[in-house]
Amino acid sequence: MTSTLARPASDAPAQTPGRTPRRIGFGHRLSRWDLKLSPYLYISPFFILFFVVGLFPIAYTAVISFMDWDLVRNSGEFIGFEQYTWVLSNPKFWIALRNTFSIFLLSSVPQLIIAIFIAAMLDQNIRAKTFWRMGVLVPYVMAPVAVALIFSNMFADQYGLVNNFLASIGIPAVPWHSDAFASHIAIATMVNFRWTGYNTLILLAAMQAIPRDYYEAATVDGAGRIRQFFSITVPSLRPTLIFVIITSTIGGLQIFDEPRMYDQYGTGGADSQWLTITLWLYNIGWGEWNFGRAAALAWILFIIILVIGVINLLVTQSVVRTEGGRGELSRRERRAQSRAARERLAAASAAEPTSKEDVR
Amino acid sequence: MTAVEPIPVAPRDEYPPEERKPRRRRGIRGQRPGWVTYAVLGVFLLGCFFPYYWSILIGSGDSSTIRDPNMSWIPGGNFFANAAAVVSNPAVNFWLALWNSIWSSVVIAASVVFFSTLAGWAFAKLRFAGSRWLLVFVIATMAVPTQLGVVPLYILFSDLGWTGQIGAIIIPALVTAFGVFWMTQYLQQAVPDELIEAARVDGASSFRTFWTIGIPAARPAAAMLGLFTFVTAWNNFFWPFIVLDRQNPTLPVSLSLLQSNYFVDYSIVLAGVILATIPLLILFIFAGKQLVSGIMAGAVKG
Repeated sequence: MTSTLARPASDAPAQTPGRTPRRIGFGHRLSRWDLKLSPYLYISPFFILFFVVGLFPIAYTAVISFMDWDLVRNSGEFIGFEQYTWVLSNPKFWIALRNTFSIFLLSSVPQLIIAIFIAAMLDQNIRAKTFWRMGVLVPYVMAPVAVALIFSNMFADQYGLVNNFLASIGIPAVPWHSDAFASHIAIATMVNFRWTGYNTLILLAAMQAIPRDYYEAATVDGAGRIRQFFSITVPSLRPTLIFVIITSTIGGLQIFDEPRMYDQYGTGGADSQWLTITLWLYNIGWGEWNFGRAAALAWILFIIILVIGVINLLVTQSVVRTEGGRGELSRRERRAQSRAARERLAAASAAEPTSKEDVR
Repeated sequence: MTAVEPIPVAPRDEYPPEERKPRRRRGIRGQRPGWVTYAVLGVFLLGCFFPYYWSILIGSGDSSTIRDPNMSWIPGGNFFANAAAVVSNPAVNFWLALWNSIWSSVVIAASVVFFSTLAGWAFAKLRFAGSRWLLVFVIATMAVPTQLGVVPLYILFSDLGWTGQIGAIIIPALVTAFGVFWMTQYLQQAVPDELIEAARVDGASSFRTFWTIGIPAARPAAAMLGLFTFVTAWNNFFWPFIVLDRQNPTLPVSLSLLQSNYFVDYSIVLAGVILATIPLLILFIFAGKQLVSGIMAGAVKG
C-alpha cells in the first residue's frame, strides 16, 4: 500500500504541472482496489445463492438424518444413527439397491457400446452430417416423464406393442411388470432411448479430435478397420469415456422419473420389482412423511454414488489403457508425431505408387 | 501512457497453415462410406423417432386402439378429440402447467446464465486468492445428487408457505455448479490474457473490461448454457413433483396426473404426451444445431 502511494508522488514532478500528485495517487489506489476486489464481487452472487440453496440444505440433511423429525412441531430429536440402522436393516433397502444397480447396468453398458458404435459411423465422411447429428438428439428433448408414459404403454403386460410383436414371431409374452428383471429391462430401455444419442455426440466430438494421421499411419502399417478402431479410436477416447461414465453413474443411480411413471401407482410395483433408491426415498419422505429416514437414505445414496464413482474411475483407467501414454501427449508432441507419420506415409506412397492407387 | 510499447500478442495459431492439415479428411477415411453405414444409422434413427410416432399413433386413436392386435399403422382421426380431452380435464390444468413451465424455465435459464457468466469470468481471467481452491470445490459439488437437499428445502419452503408455488422450483435452480464450470472452461480459451492486459494498460476498469471484452466473448457459450438449462428445467420432475400440487403444476407434473387414475385411457395419455412435447420440438427445430454443437464443444473440454 505505502509503496503505491509513494511512487506517484516521486513521479509527479516529471508529469505535467496541471495534475496534482494526490489525484494520481487516488486513481492508482482505486484501480488497485478494483483489481483486488472485483473478482470477489463477480463470484459472490453465485456463492451466496449456492450456499443458501445448494450447500446449506446438504448440511442440514445430515443434521436431520440423525433426528426423529416431527412434522407438526417442525423440529427433531437427536437419536444418533438410528435412522441409518433402520434403513440398512430394512430388506426394502437392499431390494431397491439391487434394482437401482440392475437398471443402471442395463442402461449404461449397452448404451455406451451402442453410442461408441454409432459415433464411429457418424465419424465417417457421411452425407448430410447435420441431419444425422440432429436426428440422434431428438429423443433428448422429450421429458423423461413423457418417455416413461410411452414406454410403459409399449411394455404393457397385455396388449403391449412389445408383447404383440413377440407373439407374432412365436415368443410367449414377457411379464414386463410382474417380473423384476423384465421391468428393469423396460425401464433401462427408456433411459437408453433418451441418452444414447446425447452420449453419441460427446463421443463423436472426441473421435474427431483424434488426428487423422494416426489412421493413415496405421493403414500404411497394414492395420485393418477393426484393428484401427480398437487400437487407435478406443484408447484415444479414454478421458471422454471416463467423463461419460462418471456423469451417467451420477445420473443413473438417482433414477426416479422412469420407475415412478412405470405404472399408475408409482410405488415401484407390488413386490418392489422396480423400486429404486430415490423412489423409496420419495415414498418414505412424502408417502410416510418420515423426514429423518428420508434424509438418512439421501446420505446413504450420496455415499454410494461417491464409492461407485471412484471405482469407475479406477476400473476405467486400468481397462482403457493408453498405449504409450497417447492420451497424455502434449500438443507439440502430437504434432511431431503426426509429422513423422505423414513423412512415413509420403515415403510409403513414393516407394509404392501402385499400392496407393489400389487404396484409392 | 500513450507511448506504451505494443504488447506482443501471440497469434492465435502459431503453426503454419500446412500443419493444420490433419484435421481435414483425406485418403481412405475421406471416402464416402458405403450403404451399410447409412443403413445402420437409418435403423438407429428409426429407433429415435419411433416412440414419437407410436404416441401419435395411439394418441390419434380411441381407447380400443391399443387392444386391437391388427391396429393400423396409419394415425387415426381422433387426435384433436383426445387433445381436447386433455386440455379440458380440470384435474390436469394443462394451460396453467404450460404457462408455469414456460416462465419458470425462462427465469431459471436467464439466472443461471447471468450468475455463471459473472463467476466464470472471474475464475477464468481474474487472479485472486483462493480461486483455484474455490473452482475445484464448485466442480466437486457437481457430483452431489439433487436428493441430498430435498428434505430441508421442503421444510424451508413449507415454513415459508411456498409449497405449491412456482417460486419453490425456481429458487433452488437459480445457480448451478455446472454453469460456472462451463463458462470458466469456455472463457479460459476464448479470451487471450494479452487482451485483458492491454485493456488494463489503457486504463479500463475491471468492470469495463468485463463488459466490453468478457460479455461479447462469452455470448456463444452463454447461449448454449441457456439452452441446456432451459431444457433441463422444462423436463425436471423430481423436485417439482414433491413441492407442487395438482392445482399449480408444471407440464411433467401435469402429465404424471394423466396416468394417476385407476382406469388409464392411453389414447388420452399419449395425446397429452404429444401436446407437452410440441413446445420443445419447436425449440429443437430452431436451436437443435446449437444443442448439437454445445454437446460436442463441451465434450472436447470435458
